[in-house]
Amino acid sequence: MQSVTDRIPLPPVSAEKRQLVCHFCIVGCGYYVYKWPINAEGGRRPEENALGLDFTIQLGAMQTSLSPQMVNTIEERDGQQYNIMIVPDRECVVNQGLSSTRGGQLASVMYNGQGASANRLEHPHLHTGDDWVAVGWEQAIGLYARLTKRVLDREGPDQLFFNLFDHGGAGGGFEDTWGTGKLIFSGLNTKMVRIHNRPAYNSECHASRDMGIHELNNSYLDAELADVILCLGGNSYETQSNWFLVHWVPDIDGSSNAKKREYFESGETAEPGRIIIVDPRRTPTVAVAEEVAGAERVLHLQPHPGTDQALFNSLLTYAYDQGWHDAELIERHTRGFDEAMRANRLSLEACSRITGIDEADLRKAAEWAYAPKPSGHRPRALHAYEKGIIWGNNNYRTQAALVDLAVATHNVNRRGTGVVRMGGHQEGYIRPPYPGGRPAPYIDEEILAGNGRMLTVWACNAFQTTNDAERYRKEVVRRSQIVRRAMAQANPYDLDALADAIDRAVTEEGGLFITTIDLYTTKIGQHGHLMLPGAHPGERDLTAMNGERRMRLSEQFMDPPGSAKADCLIAAHMANELRALYEAEGNAEMAERFAGFDWAAPEDAFEDGFRRANQEGSEASGHGDANNRLVTYDRLRAMGNNGVQLPVKEYRDGELIGTEMPYGSYEFDTEDGKVHFIPAPWEGFLEAAAEQKQKYPFWINNGRTNQIWQSAYHDRYIDFRRGRYPLAPLEIHPDDAAELGVDNGDIVEVRNDYGTVHALAYLEPDIPRGQTFMMFGYPYNVAGDITTPAVDENIVPYYKGAWGELRRIGRYEGLAQGVSFKRRRYR
Amino acid sequence: MRHWLNRRIDRRRFLKASGGTAAGLAVAGCTVTAEEQQGTAQQEAPKATLPYPRTAIARASELTVDEPVTFNYPDEQSPCALLKTGRPVDGGVGPEGDIVAYSTLCSHMGMPLTYDAEARTFKCFEHFSIFDPELRGQQVCGQATDDLPRIQLTYDESSDELSAIGVAGLIYGRASNIL
Ligand code: SF4
Ligand code: FES
Repeated sequence: MQSVTDRIPLPPVSAEKRQLVCHFCIVGCGYYVYKWPINAEGGRRPEENALGLDFTIQLGAMQTSLSPQMVNTIEERDGQQYNIMIVPDRECVVNQGLSSTRGGQLASVMYNGQGASANRLEHPHLHTGDDWVAVGWEQAIGLYARLTKRVLDREGPDQLFFNLFDHGGAGGGFEDTWGTGKLIFSGLNTKMVRIHNRPAYNSECHASRDMGIHELNNSYLDAELADVILCLGGNSYETQSNWFLVHWVPDIDGSSNAKKREYFESGETAEPGRIIIVDPRRTPTVAVAEEVAGAERVLHLQPHPGTDQALFNSLLTYAYDQGWHDAELIERHTRGFDEAMRANRLSLEACSRITGIDEADLRKAAEWAYAPKPSGHRPRALHAYEKGIIWGNNNYRTQAALVDLAVATHNVNRRGTGVVRMGGHQEGYIRPPYPGGRPAPYIDEEILAGNGRMLTVWACNAFQTTNDAERYRKEVVRRSQIVRRAMAQANPYDLDALADAIDRAVTEEGGLFITTIDLYTTKIGQHGHLMLPGAHPGERDLTAMNGERRMRLSEQFMDPPGSAKADCLIAAHMANELRALYEAEGNAEMAERFAGFDWAAPEDAFEDGFRRANQEGSEASGHGDANNRLVTYDRLRAMGNNGVQLPVKEYRDGELIGTEMPYGSYEFDTEDGKVHFIPAPWEGFLEAAAEQKQKYPFWINNGRTNQIWQSAYHDRYIDFRRGRYPLAPLEIHPDDAAELGVDNGDIVEVRNDYGTVHALAYLEPDIPRGQTFMMFGYPYNVAGDITTPAVDENIVPYYKGAWGELRRIGRYEGLAQGVSFKRRRYR
Repeated sequence: MRHWLNRRIDRRRFLKASGGTAAGLAVAGCTVTAEEQQGTAQQEAPKATLPYPRTAIARASELTVDEPVTFNYPDEQSPCALLKTGRPVDGGVGPEGDIVAYSTLCSHMGMPLTYDAEARTFKCFEHFSIFDPELRGQQVCGQATDDLPRIQLTYDESSDELSAIGVAGLIYGRASNIL
């Protein structure tokens, strides 16, 4: 039951004010934190509160975004209590005062030892074989380092496995990617690492990068300047909410027209934008777009699942045959176009057969996006893609086909264009080079094959976010039990004896020692042996960048819970302990590998990693360029919630000057500076998925809903969210449901050759017959359990490629009665 | 930079959004203070903490299923809607237990909500939040972080009168439901 709140305290004028970037999605909206003593309160008159708003009267609509979830009481380590309020920043160019359903709860997830936050990990915990006990950091890291050293010395780095975040925002940031990378790649030198949401250390945008184009290659403003937005396998109203609401909506409802005239060439047609949405499902984004733009300016293409590549190839073919490509750009700034054009050639008719989309609609899409405007100018088409492409059928080839299309039609580098991923998390990557090759090892398969002695799970949770997850989970649990049995026999306070006992279990009996570093006990962590508590934005300083490469500093405004600490400092603690162990035995060479972690605060990791990155002789590399050295915490702080867009051009007159369009000079990220086209002929489906498609009647599409962030690590404890989805919902057409005897709120079982999951039936007439849509990454039944091991050539999974059969299991009123099954589409 | 808050509100959209309820809506309600009403039996004790007035809104027999009646509560600046859903619902009052009331200022940023009788939800045309009046105002989809504030009602069988007696949830644009 959500508590009833009918009043909130206001921050007094004297309240401390800090900047905080929302960490709940890629968009990175700016917020302000107000903090003041618990026994004080601002008055309702505008001069009496820090918001400067007049609360003696009813405020008009849109004057504020302020709800009880934006207020909380926190407790610091010294026992002092404070009120906090976290509200959106109206001056931030990203969100311009808007909060989303996720960002609006920033305050409510902050730690106070009660409510949702009572579940936070406050101290390291060690499993003694029968239960968890809280231990000190010295004991926890002491054990971790001893065991690591045993495995490393005897078997080398390839038995040290990591599941590792690689992003910014929540559970990440430039400080932490660097701290972990320096420990794992430079210190331990292991390549047996996978990324938080996929089973290998790879990029989700290898194709784009191989072509010389980083996937974040425009600014949010460009959505306001687009003649047409192509929303490709994304549901941006729900998952990049404020990018959509603040920057897409003004484009398609015409209110950014004046801005267009400002940026466009003289005489160039400037009209309200149109939108082409490619998604087999009629998403809430489609409904909202039709409401905003009018159905006549929205084109929703519903390809058969997994056939997007054919669509891109036919659009390229048609545009080329009409002469709508940019021959001059292709000639001057690219390589390999003719070959790619030959390989990708696909007629509208062939495409229509593969995708199921009407030829007329294909032609309409091509005309909207690529035919010259009335003024004769080339249209500005923004190509934005996300998981439908990234986790679709054959990531590499599909993405190559898309970027081929966007570049050939010159939809990069011009304002109002771009070929960009929409993004999930924020970014913030600085690491030493990955020591493995490409493709990187398929880590989950290695675990299944019995490899790996230690698995360190850093701020992620593969039980919820991997493919073929059921098989993985069963094996990890089995191997973990072997270690637990050994630990039950050992003295937990004799670190060397304990490390020896675990070492025997992992080397001789096939056990797997699991350490998790997280905010909470996770689904995977509860089966592990050691849990280390991490700190959250607001509890430590953190830098990251959003989907337009806008980098900001989120300031610490409170203590982390208990003895929890920032990930970079946890990595440093591990490194320092390893160094001490090697020094103690006189191994200077190995001790040196773990040197350079003399960090007291995240800023030290930032200075060591981000500021030295991308320079001659530095092992640190990642986002930005050599000018990263110009960025300091103080300078970023001064730039407020608008920060600076990487790469930084210069520091002048107290301001960091950034880059709105990264390839403005047409120097792309290849050796010759040209875009390298990649041939990407349509070759059908990845095998394991195709097999399931043959066998089973329902496509089990999966993805996000707006109220749940990521793995629901906070949301699972919050009534407003967990109450909405006590079990992952599964959207299904009412006629399919009727045939199965399924009603709203019934529990259905989804089964295929890979696993079984349960979900809550949610009848939705917009779902095509034979398709369903299940929430992804949720703890209360994991859609990944029924995904196949199908991956592309770089081990990027085809998560969307699940097919299965359904049956009604039954009904539990306790689950169903609190859930609204009304339509989630605006119309 | 043109501020998005000043974004043109498309007149067509606004009229369409508000038209459904603007036509043929009964407007009722007169505010009386709690003191004036003391001694009247209440059927549901308010859970809220503030001194809410008791305000007579309408007679249950005057309501038609799916046709909301607007009123203001707890004061003239706070628009609300009374709705007969046609089936008993959690927190519903009246002879059939099917009458509920909500603030119609969107709990996200205060834009006016409209009732969509086909979808049986309250909708906001600004950022497209959707709320379910049959389930305590649960946000079905949208950008708010709170369900729709519920107006607590009481029903007097002898007079068939429905009155507002409290609010559960913070009304948009206020630090306190009582100004
Ligand atoms: S759109 Fe994303 S970054 Fe912005 S408030 Fe919502 S969750 Fe946070
Ligand atoms: S004001 Fe209603 S959704 Fe934003």
